Amino acid sequence: MNDAGDNGPARPHDGTDRADDFTVRLRVNGRAHDLRLDPRVSLLDAFREHLHLTGTKKGCNQGACGACTVLADGERILSCLALAVQYDGRDLTTIEGLATDHALHPLQAAFVEHDGFQCGYCTAGQICSAIGMFNEFQDGVPSAVTANVSSPTPELTEEEIKERMSGNLCRCGAYVGICDAVRETFANKVTR
Amino acid sequence: MKVTQSSSETTARYAPDPATDPLRHTHGYIGKSVSRVDGVLKVTGGAHFAAEFDVEHVAYAALVCSTIAKGRVVAFDLSEAKAAPGVLVVMTHENAPTMNAPSLVNMEKPKSFAASNLPIMQTAAVRWNGQPVAVVVAETLDQAGYAASLVRVTYDEETPRLSFDDLKAEATPPTDVLGEPAEITIGDAHQALADAEVSVDALYRTPPYNHNAIEPHATIAGWNDDGSLTVFDSTQAVSGYRYTLADVFGLADDKVQVVARFVGGAFGGKTGFWQNTVLCAAASKIANRPVKLTLSRQDVFRVVGGRTVAEQRVALGARRDGTLTALIHTGTTATPDHARYAEQCTFPPRHMYAVKDLFIGQRVVHLDTVANTWMRAPGESIGTFALESAIDELAYTLKIDPIAFRRINEPTKDPTSGNEFSSRHLNEAYERGAAQFGWHRRQAEPRSQRDGRWLIGQGVASAYYPALRFPGSARVRISADGTATVQAAANEMGMGTATAQIQCAAERLGLPMDKVAFQYGDSRLPDSPTAGGSCQTVSIVAAVHAAVEAVHRKLLTLANADDTSPLAHATFDQVEARAGGLFRADDPNRGATYASILQRAGQEYAEADASTAMPLELMMKYSAASYGAQFCEVRVNAESGETRVSRWLGSFDCGRVVNPKTVVSQLRGAIIMGIGMALMEETLFDERKGRIANPSLAAYHVPVNLDVPRIEIMYNDLPDPQMPLGAHGVGELGITGAAAAIANAVFNATGKRLRHLPITLDDLL
Amino acid sequence: MKPFAYAKAVDAATAITLRSQFATARFLGGGTNLVDLVRQGIERPDALVDVTGLPNDRIDELADGGLSVGAAVRNTAVAKHRLVRGRYPALAQAIVSGASGQIRNMATVGGNLMQRTRCDYFYDMAANCNKRHPGSGCDAIDGFNRMHAILGTSERCIAAHPSDMCVALTALDATIHVEGTRGERSIPFDAFYHLPGDTPHIETVLQPDELITSVQIPPLGFANNSIYRKVRDRSSYAFALVSVAAAIAITDGTITAVRLALGGVAAKPWRAHVAERALLGNAATPETFRRAAEAELASARAASHNGFKIELATRTITGVLRELTEPGDAR
Repeated sequence: MNDAGDNGPARPHDGTDRADDFTVRLRVNGRAHDLRLDPRVSLLDAFREHLHLTGTKKGCNQGACGACTVLADGERILSCLALAVQYDGRDLTTIEGLATDHALHPLQAAFVEHDGFQCGYCTAGQICSAIGMFNEFQDGVPSAVTANVSSPTPELTEEEIKERMSGNLCRCGAYVGICDAVRETFANKVTR
Repeated sequence: MKVTQSSSETTARYAPDPATDPLRHTHGYIGKSVSRVDGVLKVTGGAHFAAEFDVEHVAYAALVCSTIAKGRVVAFDLSEAKAAPGVLVVMTHENAPTMNAPSLVNMEKPKSFAASNLPIMQTAAVRWNGQPVAVVVAETLDQAGYAASLVRVTYDEETPRLSFDDLKAEATPPTDVLGEPAEITIGDAHQALADAEVSVDALYRTPPYNHNAIEPHATIAGWNDDGSLTVFDSTQAVSGYRYTLADVFGLADDKVQVVARFVGGAFGGKTGFWQNTVLCAAASKIANRPVKLTLSRQDVFRVVGGRTVAEQRVALGARRDGTLTALIHTGTTATPDHARYAEQCTFPPRHMYAVKDLFIGQRVVHLDTVANTWMRAPGESIGTFALESAIDELAYTLKIDPIAFRRINEPTKDPTSGNEFSSRHLNEAYERGAAQFGWHRRQAEPRSQRDGRWLIGQGVASAYYPALRFPGSARVRISADGTATVQAAANEMGMGTATAQIQCAAERLGLPMDKVAFQYGDSRLPDSPTAGGSCQTVSIVAAVHAAVEAVHRKLLTLANADDTSPLAHATFDQVEARAGGLFRADDPNRGATYASILQRAGQEYAEADASTAMPLELMMKYSAASYGAQFCEVRVNAESGETRVSRWLGSFDCGRVVNPKTVVSQLRGAIIMGIGMALMEETLFDERKGRIANPSLAAYHVPVNLDVPRIEIMYNDLPDPQMPLGAHGVGELGITGAAAAIANAVFNATGKRLRHLPITLDDLL
Repeated sequence: MKPFAYAKAVDAATAITLRSQFATARFLGGGTNLVDLVRQGIERPDALVDVTGLPNDRIDELADGGLSVGAAVRNTAVAKHRLVRGRYPALAQAIVSGASGQIRNMATVGGNLMQRTRCDYFYDMAANCNKRHPGSGCDAIDGFNRMHAILGTSERCIAAHPSDMCVALTALDATIHVEGTRGERSIPFDAFYHLPGDTPHIETVLQPDELITSVQIPPLGFANNSIYRKVRDRSSYAFALVSVAAAIAITDGTITAVRLALGGVAAKPWRAHVAERALLGNAATPETFRRAAEAELASARAASHNGFKIELATRTITGVLRELTEPGDAR
């Protein structure tokens, strides 16, 4: 039986090993996986089809929806546009890697409390994106609504959250709950 | 097909929220704000959507879709595709299994129906630009996609009918509109319009739209050794797809199983029985392997239909005191002749305003497109745009406040059927909403409010959506361990099905929520209606209530047979469900828990199935609907025309609210889709080839986070005495009236009345 | 997608050599445009040479106060850099107005320069497109062209260049440094892109063997008073209908220096030379600004659905210049 979250040994997908495949070491949620992969395989498909980590979702496969957002060394990226071979050796975090055995990540708990989702399909992307977004904010990365990019305010305002999260579409329209969850989790934690 | 994970995972259990009071010994679940029982699964990546079931030995499919709108395939060149690495099989009409065409409406098998009755990959005929003409199956996703790009198709083209504007003059009335008359004439509206002291008369135009749920349609199909078919699909119609698949493949109903546990948004786009599901199963048959077909986002635009284009005329006549004297609302929509779906844009005027002279009529024109289908509040969303814009125009012409205008013309009975309203408190929704929104601060004269470069305006419009209940069925089992399980083949696409059903069942059973499980999403469970028309919750609740009653009777019979039971002589009308069992209403301490009744009878469980029929009496006697007042404020950049929604308040009259948390989310979500509908969404249909030009989420704009203000929701929570629990479905109500509220606000801000959607900055420069 | 070979380069020389070993290799940065193009079948390289590991991933201050930005630097890093934000705020604003946070984290400077149009007909393999198939025609001209260009177009192509970053860089007179088999050269930004003319499929002056190594931005004192304004159909995560990058210096009410560039309206990142000439030396008034904008847009050729861009661009230019010169003018 293979449940989501079980980082079981990856099987080569079609049972054959092609000469043009690459050995790629992906460190996912703290665990290393050596995969033989066709260079065309996206990080997203590596997660979903090779590692059976189906928490990360495919919404458009084109970089236009954000559902596939994961963290690479703490930075949010779109796994659909990331070729797995380019992420050899990187530390990757997917939605399955956020909770511990004992507790949800505070942001996950906040999403549940504030109803920051409905169907749940964009949710993994929203959560990983928010975590990466907060790292960026802490790092001093400005946004399109930052009034003065030369000396940006350290306050994570509602408008900053909304702009910075606009790369994650939610067709169910859970944006109000998403903002509430993100604000509750991060707004008071800014340390720059 | 071997599935390597348990399919009994459908059980959704409620886990007590440690922050709230313990739930034992408490009723009052209805109206309780409860976090979703599937919330933890969804935020941890543990909820499995259709493409995510781990099926052994699965192969991957990719579609090849036509690039002409009408004609036939003359030849395929499959040599390169077949020779490509990893390819197992290429399926076309030349080697697809023989399959029956699905029916639009199947009088013999009413549970089987589809949005299009075209035979699926059975002939060389091409009927729309984007129709699948081949399916490639390969070992990996990339191999399938690449091989599909190598398929060469030669077509013989015929002249397609593609232009709505050129052909709308040929539109004719459909035989009916969802069973209602296509035309209604009361009095002489045309004369009354001509005689009116004041009138408005305008055309309103809405484009084609696409649902664009974030989850693309997906199917995993496999044939089992006994000839049965198992399908994991992203459908809203768990039961419906099972019957229709059985029909198409010529199988007995019990030889098809459909599993759809979590669906990543649908909004009407996953009910129509689209070709992708069938093609996946057919490909699996000829490949002799389980096959997974996930549509690309582009495929979703091409293979799955969206909302039709529409042009509506609304003409209103009134006396100077604001009394409506004439109402004409007509609409023309498009549909291919293999769909014949006339979107019901004229439904709102049938119920909304008191007027003695009324003409309502719809026409359809046949175009060679993909089948148009239901999209969130089909009919009512575009119909309210036209009607509620026209009402606003008339109110402005009369210099009467638009809310006061509506109050003057509020009907006491349904204006077209004459039925009583089962529950209607629209005036009150307006009053409460207006106070909360600060409507009195609005200035009726356009261009009166400004903030630097921004023109500010407020608008209001009515929301309207029928309260529907369809036949449902449920099984309720009460077990000797004191827990209960409710089963129905229901869908979860974001409305919070399991949570609502557990709340309602727990309430009915007198059990704490954490003792009630809801199993769903599998066609082997008792049939559920398609999760459409916002009907699912109440439809299933009605069946659950019936099943609970049946189980209670069984348990009481067991208790009656036990001389030592405190209920030995109790009759059904003397007991109530409380504290995990049945207790005498006149003596709350006398009774027995479910556990003790069953244990004493030596039974592991008691179970009952129940089905409910169409509520015909309700439908014939009453006009049942939800209503609302949509208040919005927009800011229009005077320099660029950019329009942003800055405030929103929805004040609703939508029956008793089962779970405020999820209901508020649904209402907000639909309002957001209304913002998209009004300000940015449009499917660009290139009439030269009948081909959609913007089949992507980059080129088709849905609202992003920054587009959406803190939407405030209020509701009056007044139960509808004719509905189970007094509740109404709320999934679609929020989009109705939203676009008109925005258009009305834009008028208030700028003085420009825009009658076509989307309203974009070029209209406002 | 068509299968391709993959190789990761450690330095420019290796990258160029690797590329020369294949008939149709492409350099791969963050992949945010190229992976999509390959997946759609629009680009069909037989190899991707990954250049994200090259040592040109730094931003260095030059002796004259300008900046050298390595081609492998990610977009986010450019926007975040203290000197970019302080000296060329329009560049930071341009970058963060484009795409989304995730894409900006992945996309390299080199990749942003090389990104291709998002024209719907360029993307539809069933449509006629002179970029994809020279001579096949342009379906956008009589089709849906609201997003398309009004400046620099030809009868063969009306595609708009989609980059925001490039608009700011062209205003700043950046130079693009490249290296190939014949050595290194530097190309002024305005000369890097071809207009479509009769050959829309030729988009830049870059030779097949050449790799972009860095972008150098000269010092420009008054650029610290610069703005990037992007007008679009939704408030975020959308391409520009019209965008403007502007920097201006005023002395005693007279314009002493100005830079102006446009996005969303042109076949390449558009330096508004005509407007700049009409502004320089004149009074910094709304009338001057408007006349200069009109002069720049005088050569605009509208297609069936994008004529509104003429007025919109004129107003946006005027509005941006007013914002730069009238302190306290609310956005």
